Amino acid sequence: MIYEVFRQERKGVAFEHAGSVVAPDEGFARAYAHEQYGRRGESAALWVVPRDAVMEVEDFVDELNRNYHRVDGYSLKAKLAEARARAAAGDR
Amino acid sequence: MDEQQFLEYVQGGGQVEADDWMPEEYRARLIKFIEMHGNSELMGVLPEREWILRAPTLQRKLALTAKVQDEVGHSQLIYRVVEDLGKPRVQCLADLISGKSKFHNVFHYPTKTWGDVGVIAWLVDAAAIISQKALLKCSYAPYARIMKKICWEESFHILHGRDVILTMMNGTAEQRELVQEAVTRWWPPLMQFHGNPIPAEDDPVVRWRIKTQGNEEARQQFLDGYVPQIWELGLTVPDPKLRRRDDGVWEYTEPDWDELRSVVTGHGPRTAERLELRRASREETDWVRRVMLAEAA
Repeated sequence: MIYEVFRQERKGVAFEHAGSVVAPDEGFARAYAHEQYGRRGESAALWVVPRDAVMEVEDFVDELNRNYHRVDGYSLKAKLAEARARAAAGDR
Repeated sequence: MDEQQFLEYVQGGGQVEADDWMPEEYRARLIKFIEMHGNSELMGVLPEREWILRAPTLQRKLALTAKVQDEVGHSQLIYRVVEDLGKPRVQCLADLISGKSKFHNVFHYPTKTWGDVGVIAWLVDAAAIISQKALLKCSYAPYARIMKKICWEESFHILHGRDVILTMMNGTAEQRELVQEAVTRWWPPLMQFHGNPIPAEDDPVVRWRIKTQGNEEARQQFLDGYVPQIWELGLTVPDPKLRRRDDGVWEYTEPDWDELRSVVTGHGPRTAERLELRRASREETDWVRRVMLAEAA
């Protein structure tokens, strides 16, 4: 059975995929992951998950180009310059 | 995506995951290359293992044992990557033992003295880390990711090796002589280590961006980084032609490529003996695997 291993480098940061181990059961998976990814104290914690339990989602096509909900949908530089220029000219 | 688009994608720095589509040639080259790396990690512990019981102090014994554990761990991680590409680990081990697949030239040689152990950990690991650092940018992402951990552990090995060498160089005349003899012995295999100077553009492994540097580039980087460190200790490199030109390129005597070919195809001085040890130990531990799998079932 294949287990995917995610490691957290120190408390508070995100878990990151580290690799995988093959083990006959959970007990061995725990022991192998511990030896492979933490024996020098390089990890604060590990998540060891059966590969089959990981659901992958990767369909992120933006067909309608919905840039209004992203920062790249807003270009303020020219508008701001114009607004400042009008303010300076006393335009109300 | 067709094969041409895939090639352009990886050449442009694109990375591939295990379940992405890939051309068969790419998959086959990955398996061959990564499997040889896994074999080398596993066979690479044997020359050092011979010295665990003979290490001069308890500290050295523990450090050497830790290094051996690291290298075996690397082979496990690497064989996992090969397995996900479609070749099971049992098959990799069977092909290694039967001589069908290869491992790096430097692990086919004997370790005669404690000086050899220092030179292996220092210079052989230094040569290896140059190749491995270039793999951090490999187009196959699962391999590139485990390289991060492997490179991190290799840096401890180099320090350990350098510490062994410095301790001996600060010791008696006999100890210094052992180091010099070991450098002299290991120099030819070290110069062969990065392979013949095939132009990077003709190397299919570079073309698919499995490797990101050519052989000669790696060797030049090794010479540039380590020859000055060897010289500053008063050691001699056994190559009268070795020198750094004004433009920074190192000149050296052409390595013996026939020897390299012969050694990696299974005719090294210790090849048969070490493969036999692998075969015997696999046979002896077979019952452990059977018990574990039976209990889990």
